[in-house]
Amino acid sequence: MLAVAPTPTWYLILAALLFSIGAVGVLVRRNPLVMFMCIELMLNAVNLSFVAMAKALGDIGGQTTVFFVLVVAAAEVVVGLGIIVSILRKRPHATADDLAELKG
Amino acid sequence: MQLFVFICAAAMILAGAIGVIVRSHPVHAALSLVLTLFGVAVMFVAQDAHFLAAVQVIVYAGAIVVLFLFVIMLLGVDRAESLRIDPVKVQRPLAAIVGLGMFGLIAGAIIKGRDSLGTRGTGIDKATEASHDSNIKQLANDLFSNHVFAFEVTSVLLVIAVVGTVLLARRPGKSGAADTSDDDVVQAAKNDKAGAR
Repeated sequence: MLAVAPTPTWYLILAALLFSIGAVGVLVRRNPLVMFMCIELMLNAVNLSFVAMAKALGDIGGQTTVFFVLVVAAAEVVVGLGIIVSILRKRPHATADDLAELKG
Repeated sequence: MQLFVFICAAAMILAGAIGVIVRSHPVHAALSLVLTLFGVAVMFVAQDAHFLAAVQVIVYAGAIVVLFLFVIMLLGVDRAESLRIDPVKVQRPLAAIVGLGMFGLIAGAIIKGRDSLGTRGTGIDKATEASHDSNIKQLANDLFSNHVFAFEVTSVLLVIAVVGTVLLARRPGKSGAADTSDDDVVQAAKNDKAGAR
């Protein structure tokens, strides 16, 4: 076994990769539920980098921030899924391309 | 050992993340999301954030993904989406370019600022780190002393979210129609499945 311990840089690079994958998912997928899951991926990437920095800088504030991000993510999921339910209830299998009701 | 944990958790995270964006079935995407969330929880444990790891598993994997699956089942949209159709021709290549560019920019910034990372701070207090509940104690101290107002406002946010969702999900026009609306959804889903066959 190698004696190399992962440094904070590794965690940050991994978080950057996860964030990019989530961003590509939001851009590519058309199912609103899956787009929502990709937003969760991006939030998790940010959480991961917050925890890595909390460890690296010896500051517990990073973990406190992650706690608040978790709460806001939970609220966001509740509201977002409420909106998606009310849209998809009228039109099942609507994709993001079909939702143009706000168009002027 | 730390390296081994990191590699395993990183593989879990990346496999799950790629699974979310390439699986055409929404249920499979949600299950891939669980894999990613567990990987992130392992990363939290590896970095001494034990409380957050527990919260990650309970709230994300336990509540949020179940909510996703519940909505997928409730609406009957558990049908594979065709990923072959590309409505905007340049969208996929552009998305790939944007993703790679974003990763390149962030990674470049991280590597450039790498040297300034290790010089500040002495690591989370060694004396409290030795005891078992150190992380929870530190987090609670910070949360309930420095951030207590934000913590209280968070509860208001949750109440607003719940009330807003109840208003959004209610059927407009008919009061007390909660029992019939579910039947309509089930009927719509049945019609849709029948149409798909």
